[in-house]
Amino acid sequence: MTQNIMIVGVGGQGSLLASKLLGRLMMNAGLDVKVSEVHGMSQRGGSVVTYVRAGEKVYSPIIDVGEADYIISFEMLEAARNLKFLAPKGRIITNTQQIAPMPVITGDAEYPDDLAGKIAATGADIDAFDALSLAEQAGSAKAVNIVLMGRLSRYLDISEADWLRAIEETIPPKFLEMNKKAFMLGRSAT
Amino acid sequence: MPWLIYAAGKDNWGDIHLKTLMLGNEAVARGLYEGGVAVVSSYPGTPSTEITEYVAEYDEVYSEWAPNEKVAMEVAFGSAFAGKRSFCGMKHVGLNVAADPLFTISYTGINAGMVIAVADDPGMHSSQNEQDSRHYARAAKLPMLEPADSAECLQFAKFGFELSEQFDAPVLLRLCTRIAHAQSIVETSERVEHAARTYVKDQPKYVMMPGYARLRHPIVEERMKALTEFAETSDINRVEMGGRSIGFITSGTAYQYVKEVFGDSVSVLKLGMVYPLPVQKIRDFAASVERVVVLEELDGFIEEHCRAIGVEVSGKDIFPIIDEFSQNLVREKMGLDVPQGRALEDVIPQRPPVMCAGCPHRGLFYALVKNKATVLGDIGCYALGAMAPLKAMDYTICMGASVSGLHGFNKALGEEGEKRAVGVIGDSTFMHSGVTGLINIAYNGSNSTLIIADNSITGMTGHQQNPTTGLNIKGDPAGKVDIEALCRAVGISRVRVVDPYNLKECEDVVREELDAPEPSVIISRRPCALLKTVKHNPPLRVNEEKCRGCRSCMKIGCPAISFKDKKAKIDSTLCVGCGVCTQMCAFDAFESESREGTAQ
Repeated sequence: MTQNIMIVGVGGQGSLLASKLLGRLMMNAGLDVKVSEVHGMSQRGGSVVTYVRAGEKVYSPIIDVGEADYIISFEMLEAARNLKFLAPKGRIITNTQQIAPMPVITGDAEYPDDLAGKIAATGADIDAFDALSLAEQAGSAKAVNIVLMGRLSRYLDISEADWLRAIEETIPPKFLEMNKKAFMLGRSAT
Repeated sequence: MPWLIYAAGKDNWGDIHLKTLMLGNEAVARGLYEGGVAVVSSYPGTPSTEITEYVAEYDEVYSEWAPNEKVAMEVAFGSAFAGKRSFCGMKHVGLNVAADPLFTISYTGINAGMVIAVADDPGMHSSQNEQDSRHYARAAKLPMLEPADSAECLQFAKFGFELSEQFDAPVLLRLCTRIAHAQSIVETSERVEHAARTYVKDQPKYVMMPGYARLRHPIVEERMKALTEFAETSDINRVEMGGRSIGFITSGTAYQYVKEVFGDSVSVLKLGMVYPLPVQKIRDFAASVERVVVLEELDGFIEEHCRAIGVEVSGKDIFPIIDEFSQNLVREKMGLDVPQGRALEDVIPQRPPVMCAGCPHRGLFYALVKNKATVLGDIGCYALGAMAPLKAMDYTICMGASVSGLHGFNKALGEEGEKRAVGVIGDSTFMHSGVTGLINIAYNGSNSTLIIADNSITGMTGHQQNPTTGLNIKGDPAGKVDIEALCRAVGISRVRVVDPYNLKECEDVVREELDAPEPSVIISRRPCALLKTVKHNPPLRVNEEKCRGCRSCMKIGCPAISFKDKKAKIDSTLCVGCGVCTQMCAFDAFESESREGTAQ
């Protein structure tokens, strides 16, 4: 059975590192893996989507509507935007941070309120929490990605030791301790 | 250099990983390396850029960023001509630039193997058009390989050299975004050094004057016949027999979507070589199944071939010619159940890409808005000047068109155009194709005003060095083009430099140069705010006592500024203290957290 994990956020938030970590983790587990990234223009503050797929044999590099087992979101609006990708029994894990997109900044559009509540009202399983505060607690706002990975680790059937090994293999030594702390905060916070 | 040296097959602990996860582009780089490539020259372009960035990490290979794709291809050819294996990589539109050498090196052939990667962008994630590069293979009469995952990226790049030498032809390697920018598992092996072939002067083969070229053309046609024979017999085009009710003919990502949806319940002819295409192999495959469907993104290239050889197929009658495909699209068009997703009733606002906080292009475009300028734009981050709220761009076509099109615009409208139109081009794009247009302005005399937005890097593709930065692909000191001196040398005497963080100066200089009685170049100079070498000021904050809520600061479209409770707010995680907003505010509401290093 192929595991489909989407990572969504705003360009520059660090989704590439999260996908690299997940890819490594799945490969270490002996699975076939595909990770699709977006580079170039959309990285400039636009919506970004990364697909991670792992299983016995993975063909398509992307995840389509209704297929995502997990959607990991760095930002509320992006969680809502990508809701359609969630599989019937899928789960959204999202940072509650809100980043206004340009149409909202210029007053041409409104940032919808209570997105977490509305997503839950569709029957979707949503785990919304303040990952930014936990990242800052760990030492850097940039560690939101690893806090979210910590949260994901609560749901996947992969041991803590395997997660930590994958983190050691993907994070530069200089930032390792901070990121391990961020991971554990995301994993254990209530 | 990334911290984790996947490409060398070793991780941080020195463990050997023969199997590793690689981006398609990284796998191409690995294949080139293992295949003994000696010289690599490319121009960056999404989604092809990382191939050359990864190659540059191998010290055994000479690699460089060329000023444009035509130069890159000629450099690579020079090496293949000399007798050493070579490579150049580019995005689909880059091949348009390099098309001139492409068609003729098809005639000469090579001495040592030459591989040319071209990366298409179905869905236009980061491109100005959706062209299908397979047409170039047919037009230039060259073999084209198309990998379907990273493992094939590695194999095909490596095999490309063998094929190139066997058939005396440069080999095209076609990628698309979902292959180039997808990671999958590859197995690496050691590099095999390729002995240089002897260089021998051979005028009839390499001097393409009419007399000799006429002799080469029949050789090219014979070569294509031989390559078609190869396509018939090689397992690079493989049949995977499954259920016989449907037989798909497919390649690249489309192959993955077929397998994702149908697994082994259908039969597949998977083409690893998309030009020239086999004839008998396709006929035999078609005869072995009840119905043939060609699944290919963009144009009906394989489909047309099938029809031409008398094989009845479905293709573009079912599947779109526009945009990239997905597994759900295949499900839908083949009449299968399609998974449905949930939706909210709320309208979710779009999040288009924007100029970054502190982007030096922002002040420039604001000055152009203030001058009510007609802006002929170009290809790079500054194309984002077209987005709201600035909307300061009237056209974007291709690399260099801002300069040459400006001349045409002004020749058409005369003074009416010259007083309001500017071209805006980046430093790297100016080196790529802008300078020839500027020569035309000087030579054929239009009173044009060209703005070179010099942010000291090739920005949009992710910070590649270029001839104006003084550094080479490895970050070592290199030759440096003096843009001012170059502009003067081609005949522009009015060359001025402005700081785009200074709105008043920028606005005044643009006005003065539009009014000036002769052509001019304005260099808007500030390094990209994302460059690691750039030192930032502390973030600004809004003094809510002073902020009157007039929204003047919102006109510059900075993502760090938003509006809440009728006051401006600054996102301190984004703000780099560039101070452009302080110049928009009549009430001094933006304050620096530290008075030292205060923004102007």
